[in-house]
Amino acid sequence: MIQILTAFGWFAAIAAVLGLILAVASKIFFVKIDERIEKIKECLPGANCGGCGYVGCEALAAAISRGEAPVNACNACTDENIKKISEVMGLASDIETVRLRAQVMCSGTNDLAKKKYIYGGVSDCVAANRLSGGDKICPNGCIGLGTCVDVCKFDAIKVINGVAAIDYEKCKSCGACVAACPKKLIRLVPANIPYWVGCMSVDKGAVTRGYCDAGCIGCKLCEKKCEAGAIKVTDNVAEIDYTKCTGCGVCESVCPRKIIWSAYKKTKVETAEPAVPAVAESGGEAEKTEA
Amino acid sequence: MSITVADLGLGGILSIIITAVLAENYIFSKFLGCCPFLGLSENPSNALGMGCAVTFVMTLSSLITGLINKYILVVFELEYLQTIAFILVIASLVQLIEMFLKKSVPALYSALGIYLPLITTNCAILGAALLCVQNSYDPFVSAIYGFASGVGFTLAIVVFAGVREKVAFADIPKSFKGFPIALVTAGLLAMSFAGFSGITI
Repeated sequence: MIQILTAFGWFAAIAAVLGLILAVASKIFFVKIDERIEKIKECLPGANCGGCGYVGCEALAAAISRGEAPVNACNACTDENIKKISEVMGLASDIETVRLRAQVMCSGTNDLAKKKYIYGGVSDCVAANRLSGGDKICPNGCIGLGTCVDVCKFDAIKVINGVAAIDYEKCKSCGACVAACPKKLIRLVPANIPYWVGCMSVDKGAVTRGYCDAGCIGCKLCEKKCEAGAIKVTDNVAEIDYTKCTGCGVCESVCPRKIIWSAYKKTKVETAEPAVPAVAESGGEAEKTEA
Repeated sequence: MSITVADLGLGGILSIIITAVLAENYIFSKFLGCCPFLGLSENPSNALGMGCAVTFVMTLSSLITGLINKYILVVFELEYLQTIAFILVIASLVQLIEMFLKKSVPALYSALGIYLPLITTNCAILGAALLCVQNSYDPFVSAIYGFASGVGFTLAIVVFAGVREKVAFADIPKSFKGFPIALVTAGLLAMSFAGFSGITI
């Protein structure tokens, strides 16, 4: 009995001393933290993707609380959460946000694009790009070794048949892949665009035709047929101005190279014939969003 | 009777250090602290951060648990409560260090980040404290042992992170990618460290 009491007494004493030390220390070492940071952090996705330009979600939350970053600085945030953040910051909650998504601007799958050599090195696009710009002859083609897959914090990218494909549902438009792609083939486009051009080859039509069956040859058919005047061919590649595009779909139907894509076509093709269409879909990207 | 610095002499101290760093490396020979070893070894700089944090906490906790053991537990015949007493002390100590760093060295605090609280529940720290008692080390010898063990941990995690960084780019079978190849790598490293096990100084 005595032993139990001794043990109890000493442990109570040790715990009390330690508790006291910690209590005193928490006063001495008290650091004032803006409680809004915690509230804002709860609204952020927490993937620490770095798409906003800050080190992680916590750093962005701190920046928002100091007023250094706008409340909608996070692309991955849902509208609802952005509203919540605005409320925490005491701002009007009707801030307009344009949802974006990443799109790979290449349709040159393994069966469509010709290769100049067989690459057997490190499985990384940056490394392959240093070796004569990758294995595809096209200087603007997707290398397909998945550097973008590795950097995606949201598991939204897959390489299908040699071209990266983005899962639009999972994409949070953080921009990590845009920065990682050594060919600069990935762009952030408005999430709801009806059509996009899946090629960025600036070579002349005959040259492009020589190395890829899914390359824009700059024939200008789409430019001529577009009633809204939204398509322009510059440097031998078509580009859609999304502010003018009405979504009529004429461009898709006239394109002889079948590289103008729509979400509908992509889905339809995918179900019918998974391998090629899925690639093309993902690969097929619109032109510049901001054109 | 506990072993003091005076009993050991310089040779004895060196022997303790070398044994703790190489021959009885915490990770490769005692298999303690494997969780941060696998979790935080993706790149060498993070690994070094974790290693330094562990070394720091291990040194301090070995010293303080040594003192508590010598002046409270042994005196009042409470040795059978060592484990729970040490856990209590280590958890409070880490908490205290965290508060101190947050206020006084914010740069180090943010560099250590999540590693510091993780150490609270690290078996290697408790293992060091318990082994010191088992070997009946004096509190100061315990501190030296704790420091050396921490250095051994740092060495192991940094070497492992360096290897893992290379392995990440290697073209390995799909089923081995990620965690499996890390375990295989750790096994090979442990085998190489087993070469030190015959050393007696």
